[in-house]
Amino acid sequence: MRHLLTTEGVARAELEDLMDLAGEFVDVLGRDIPKVPTLRGATVATLFYEPSTRTRLSFERAARALSADVLTFNPGTSSSAKGESLKDTALTLRAMGADLMVVRHGAAGAAHRVATWVDVPVVNGGDGAHQHPTQALLDAFTLRRHFGKLDGLRIGIVGDIGHSRVARSGIHAFSTLGAHVVLVAPPTLMPIATDGWPCRLTGDLDEVIGDLDVIYLLRIQVERGGHSGFTSLPEYVRRFGLDDERFARLHPEAVVMHPGPMNRGVEISANLADHPRALILEQVRNGVAARMAVLFRLLASPQEST
Amino acid sequence: MIVVRNGQVLTKSGTVTADVVIEGAVIVAIEPQSRMTGATEIDAGGAWVGPGLVDLHVHLREPGQEWKEDVASGSAAAAAGGFTAMVAMPNTDPPIDAGHRAGFVHERGRRAGLCRVMSAGAVTLGRAGRELAHLDELWDTGVRVFTDDGDTVADAGILRRAMEYLAGRDCVIAQHAEDPGLAAEGHMHEGSVSSRLGILGLPALAEETVVARDLALVRLTGATYHVQHVSTARSVELVRQVKAEGLDVTAEVTPHHLFFDHRAVESMDPDFKMYPPLRTEEDVAELRRGLIDGTIDAVATDHAPHADHEGEVPFEEAPRGVIGLETAVAAVLTSTALDQETFFDRMSIAPGRIGRFPDHGQALAAGGAANVVVIDPRREWVPDRFVSRSQNSPFRGRPLTGTVLATIFDGRLTHTGEQAS
Amino acid sequence: MTSTDGAVIDAADVHRAIRRIAHEIVERHHGAEDVVLVGIHTRGVTLAHAIAESIAEIDGLELPVGELDIGLYRDDLDRRAGTRLSRTSIPVDIGGRPVVLVDDVLYTGRTVRAALDALSDLGRASAVQLAVLVDRGHRQLPIRPDFVGKNLPTGPGQRVAVRLEPIDGTQGVWIMDS
Repeated sequence: MRHLLTTEGVARAELEDLMDLAGEFVDVLGRDIPKVPTLRGATVATLFYEPSTRTRLSFERAARALSADVLTFNPGTSSSAKGESLKDTALTLRAMGADLMVVRHGAAGAAHRVATWVDVPVVNGGDGAHQHPTQALLDAFTLRRHFGKLDGLRIGIVGDIGHSRVARSGIHAFSTLGAHVVLVAPPTLMPIATDGWPCRLTGDLDEVIGDLDVIYLLRIQVERGGHSGFTSLPEYVRRFGLDDERFARLHPEAVVMHPGPMNRGVEISANLADHPRALILEQVRNGVAARMAVLFRLLASPQEST
Repeated sequence: MIVVRNGQVLTKSGTVTADVVIEGAVIVAIEPQSRMTGATEIDAGGAWVGPGLVDLHVHLREPGQEWKEDVASGSAAAAAGGFTAMVAMPNTDPPIDAGHRAGFVHERGRRAGLCRVMSAGAVTLGRAGRELAHLDELWDTGVRVFTDDGDTVADAGILRRAMEYLAGRDCVIAQHAEDPGLAAEGHMHEGSVSSRLGILGLPALAEETVVARDLALVRLTGATYHVQHVSTARSVELVRQVKAEGLDVTAEVTPHHLFFDHRAVESMDPDFKMYPPLRTEEDVAELRRGLIDGTIDAVATDHAPHADHEGEVPFEEAPRGVIGLETAVAAVLTSTALDQETFFDRMSIAPGRIGRFPDHGQALAAGGAANVVVIDPRREWVPDRFVSRSQNSPFRGRPLTGTVLATIFDGRLTHTGEQAS
Repeated sequence: MTSTDGAVIDAADVHRAIRRIAHEIVERHHGAEDVVLVGIHTRGVTLAHAIAESIAEIDGLELPVGELDIGLYRDDLDRRAGTRLSRTSIPVDIGGRPVVLVDDVLYTGRTVRAALDALSDLGRASAVQLAVLVDRGHRQLPIRPDFVGKNLPTGPGQRVAVRLEPIDGTQGVWIMDS
């Protein structure tokens, strides 16, 4: 593995390896001194063109727990506001000594493009509505820790699938690991063409909810205005929100996940977010370990270039 | 004097093996093994010799965006691609919506002297779609193609008025057909690839609804109408139907739409970002079929230069369009394998007629204008660097078949490639 | 390798060396009630268990045995393709207790250096000692073993292979030219 840009086509063995590593790093993070010197001397640059404090912090925490130095590029206060191209920014950070770049961007393919310009590993920290592979990894890892394995798990991903990089990454990672994925959304929030996708589609949450082991709720972009793809927030909540009544119809062992940040009272009712069967904070915790696994694999022990 | 020896020459009475002798701006003889000798001798070596190519659709970026291209650099690119005439789109800064602005472009073209440059005129003032441009002035400076290209004349009322105003004149209204509501924020063809990449799609319907509506307006007004860069199978079918009906409608297709389908965008390389977007395999097959059967009259490049640094961004943020003048011949021959007669019809004769160029796009004849191209339809090459000021080509690094050996504009040699061996 | 042909130390000698180290640990600590044995992956862990068994036989003491992976502490990471991590776990808090680090072969000392760093991140031991089955010399760091099974003079071009019954199905030490 030279870069981590997408979950599409990543082999089961590679996902398992990263999850095994993440397991070790959960132990490290649980120690009194939650830090190892592994990446001492290496520099991890975070290029976040989209405001996403939690993902950036998670990567930076992961880098520091491995003793790497962190270069934070903040386009809001830097030359990209003055029109510097993505390529120039990437080359500038490389020239400053970045040994790995985490790229987050509102446009699809940003990390892929950077990977063609620089000679160091690139991690996709989320590109447009395309991919968010470390989120899928931490979600799979969270499920493996909870259920032991993903084989046979029935995972329902609910919400704005069409605009969701979390869904696109999750679908491939979960199905590669043996889970059965069903996408739940109104037709206007579904991708246009899903032929050949390793998942099933439905517009009726109530039809599938009783079969799910995992209900994965996506964030509804309340701010999207006229192109929101649903009629009104109350109507969306009625049909696709997870409320107490729907929660009661879940399998008693089923769990609730959300990539954050949550809209309490929209996709998830306010109290359920704190339910013991909601793994939401567990996801955040595991996110650091999963990202440590990715940084370790790409920086400390690169396998043959691909 | 220029003598092109031993070519397969496209004449009014068919293809003959002959030498073409040019003196001044005129072809003086087309004869086998001519005794005349020229200061310039070109050995065609059995390659195709025909009328200089005509491009109905280029963006020369002057005035306003000269870092991408200007009329002179675009003319040089045209010559390198075998073209002797072209129509420059009016989406410059300022846009070409008044006579003096078109006159400026024409003057720059004359000064460069490498290709006949006709500016298209905007249909609406400022290409803003609200009121008619100075159509009479534009007409008077020699504009014969009217379009708001880059944008669609979306308001049917305005388009109807333009059609009625220009009805009966020897000119054409050309449309970049893209319904703004359906196109929305789309960056590529709406389909399986856009769904996978999470990139907002631009549906085929955005083009087809505008074409269908415009054809109804043509039926009403009797206007002469041209569909620019047709990209979907259904659009081709619509054009086929109204041609059978007898309406004065023509259509063009770009080389890249004949060559690539939307799977090329999987690379997320901005060199595959264009409007209309690359469509499906089925659409590509129908575009090729339509070009061969004549439903689509002409190939037009939609040459759209952008500087390298403008493409060094993610796909969705990249500017629209790719260059095409220098790869048009090869892209068309590689994707369709047209015979010589059909090739010159779609690349020169039909576009020359649609663009109303008196001295271009005619089969060669003694006494005719000396606008000539020599093409080796079998030579393979791999495009790398371009004469154009910009390099944003989807064909870079891709093996193609068909090269331009020589371009003669107005009796002067404007380009020589490697001689055929 | 199914027989011990060609071994410089045979199975019985390995067994004797382990017993001797066990005796020395008990002796040095005047009994070994507080001692924590920590093996370095992979064969150090096996040896640590073997030493613990011997001590149990000698003194009836059940010493805690931990395992340590030093993959995260190496100074030569980028030269090791596809590093796999093993488990690090120590069943007791090492804070304030003496730790005996156990490994099969002591060579440059870099592994032990990494192990000391790893150990110090897990707690503050009252003392750390080092037990190795084989000391082959050629140290690159100022590190010295406290308990040695056998000193084995070797050349830098040679490789020392230790096999232990529980994981290899055979037991002994071989010197090979690499």
